[in-house]
Order: sequence, then structure tokens, then C-alpha cells
Amino acid sequence: MTTDGKARVFELALESVSKSYGARQVLRSVSATVRTGQVLAITGPNGSGKSTLIKVACRLVRPTHGQVLWKLGGKEIPAEAGRKIIGFISPDLMFYDELTAAENLRFFAQARGIKITDEDIESALRSLHLGGRGADVVGSYSSGMKQRLKYAFALQHDPPLLLLDEPTANLDTQGVSLVHDLIEDSKRSKCIVIATNEPEEVGLGDIIIKLGA
Amino acid sequence: MTSSSNWGRESLAVLWKDLLSEFRTRYSLSAVLLFSVTALAVVSFSVSPYSLDPEAKAAFLWIVLFFSAMSGLSRSFVREEEARTALALRVSASADAVYGGKLLFNIVLQSAVAAIVVPLFLLLMDTRPANPALLVAAAALGTLALASSSTIIAAIVSRANAKGALFAVLAFPLSLPGLSSAIGATAEALRGNMPEAATGAAADIRVLIAYSALMIASSLLLFDYVWND
Repeated sequence: MTTDGKARVFELALESVSKSYGARQVLRSVSATVRTGQVLAITGPNGSGKSTLIKVACRLVRPTHGQVLWKLGGKEIPAEAGRKIIGFISPDLMFYDELTAAENLRFFAQARGIKITDEDIESALRSLHLGGRGADVVGSYSSGMKQRLKYAFALQHDPPLLLLDEPTANLDTQGVSLVHDLIEDSKRSKCIVIATNEPEEVGLGDIIIKLGA
Repeated sequence: MTSSSNWGRESLAVLWKDLLSEFRTRYSLSAVLLFSVTALAVVSFSVSPYSLDPEAKAAFLWIVLFFSAMSGLSRSFVREEEARTALALRVSASADAVYGGKLLFNIVLQSAVAAIVVPLFLLLMDTRPANPALLVAAAALGTLALASSSTIIAAIVSRANAKGALFAVLAFPLSLPGLSSAIGATAEALRGNMPEAATGAAADIRVLIAYSALMIASSLLLFDYVWND
């Protein structure tokens, strides 16, 4: 591996992560390490803590015990850098319904401090089969189109860590296939975490965590 | 912490997004304007038979502006939580930029309200300010004080259940020093007999500037915990 290649290797380490909400323990001492080129699949029944573990890995939720570490090229990255580091997709993530898809993407790019052109936006939308729909307000999108838009949002800053909670929710067959191709393509340059109960997506995992109810 | 130039650019992006959303939905402006104009009409009809001193007039004006702020300034954060857009904002924008953008939006919104309410108040109360420049300064700094206290309180209450009640309960004691000085400076602007008025107003103006600076500085320090935890 070249020095440049090594510098781009991202590592996500979950070290004995536990999370409780009051008396209810959602996660109990979960540990895993996943690097660029690998997929970590998290599976388990409803309420087993898959989404919580994704949010803990995102450092949006602090673990009750244990810690989450991000390393890029062996160097630890602070939680504050998360907006540059993570691409995040979740059923809980919503866009501004009154803004167009292009306005949403432009705003999130500006908020991340990256420059983006109209061509970049149209190209991203076209790659997700949303070409020509950038001027439509997101409120007029179907749930499947909103799910596709989430990929444009998650990938616009080329993050080294991609966290996908229910990656194919609301998608039709074509959309599911598109996302699976995207995961396969992204795997070369990214560290990917998927929370899912779809057997095909669990099968994409190099490391699998099975959470209990 | 982002660099100051990035912080400025990213705050302006949040401001622009909020202005665009507001322009398309009138989510906050319609509520604030409806409340303030209605309250102003009630106040003016109730007290018009009486000759009020400048302190009473200034108090009425700031009561209207304070409660109009209470009815609208919390919405910039509450809306992010209710529309579930806060998560996308959390993973893409720095906490500092979110605070900066929301503060600027609240300043713009409350300034727009003050720009309508203050002239309407003078008209309905048949009042001519003795020192118009001082009145503008008092209104501008009072607006800044209200926006600076309301922004951090709105962020705190946005994830609570009883948002409206909690916002008013927290906002009143926290806004009181700024509100009191805004009333004092406005009363002096309406009275205007120099040099006593200038001396009294100068103290109130200094308090308003210090209060706003303190609120913004402490909010910047606190906001990351409020927004991310």
C-alpha cells in the first residue's frame, strides 16, 4: 500500500460500547473494528438497538460505557469533525420539504463548507435516477425518491465513513439494485456500516454483529 | 470549532436556508405579525383616551415586542425538531454555524417585526418621538437583546414536550435585564429633554450592548452541549 493509500485508510473502532436509556439497556458491550474496504453489517430484531448503534458509531449519541474511535491514516479524529467524515442515511433523516432537492443539496454542501456547482448537483441526482427533478420541492417527492436523495446527501462530500440505517427502505427493485451497486462501488474507498434485516444486505458484510432483542 | 471565515459562511448558509423556508411557508412571520398587530391594536384602543407618560408608552411598546418575540422566535429551532430536519442539520453543519445562522434569522425576523410595530405604535398612540435617532437605536439594540436571549432558549426548549410554556417561562427572567433597559432607553427617546435624557439613555444603551454581548458569548460556549447532547 502506498503512503497516500495508507493516509486514506479509515478505521472505525467500537470498544465495549454499551448504551442505556434509564433502566433499559439497549446495547451491551459491543466491540468491532472496521476499516476502509470492509462492510460491517448490524442485524437483529426490531428494538434490538441497530439504529442506536449506528447513531453511536456516528457519535450522534454518546455511549453509556465504552468508546467510539475514528482514525484516518492512523490519526485519531475528534467527534467535531464528524460532518466532514460521515455520510449518514437513516429513516429519521428528513429534508426541507419546502425547498427543492437542488436547494437542499446546495444548502447541506454549504453547511459542510464544500463548494458545489449546479452541474455537480444534477450529476449526483442523475446517478440516482432523479435527473431533471432537482427543481421540484422535496415535499412533492415520493418516499422512494426521498430515500434516493439521501444518497446524494450522504455522498456529496465523499466521506470515508458511510453509515446506512435501513439502506433500501422505501425503494423499488430498481432502487434496491442501485443501492447494492453503490455499496459495492463505495466499498473500495470507504468504510461502510449497514443496519439491516435484509438477508442480501447482511450478506454484504465482512463483519456481522447480531444484536439480541 | 470552525475557523471564523468558515463559521461566517456556514452561518450565512443556515440564515439563507431559514429565510428561503420562511419566505415559502410564512411559518414564523405570520404568527409574529398577527400577534403583534393585534396586541398593538388592543393596547392603543384601550389606552387612547388617557394621556400616558413616556415610561408607560415605552412599556406598552416593549410588552408587544416581547410577546411577539415569544410567539415566533422559538420556531426556528422547534420547526427543525418537528419536521425532523434537525438530524440532517446535525450531521452536516457545525454547532457554531447553526447557532450563528439561527441568531441571524431571529435578528432579521424580530427587526422586520419592529420595523412594522414601532411606526404603527407611534401612529396609533399619536406619539412623536423627541429623539428619533435614539428611538431607532433603542429599538435596534432591544431587538438584538431579545433575539440573543430567545435563540439559546429556543434551542434548549425545542426538544421538550411543553415547548411554548417552557419558552415563555425561561425567556421572561432571562430577557428581563435587556427588556428593562430597552424600555428605559425608549422612554428617554420619547421624552427627549436633553441632557438628562441623553445621560439616562446612555446607561441603558450600554447595558443593552453588554447584555447582548454576554448572551451571545455565553450561548456560543453553551450551544454545542445544547444542540448535540
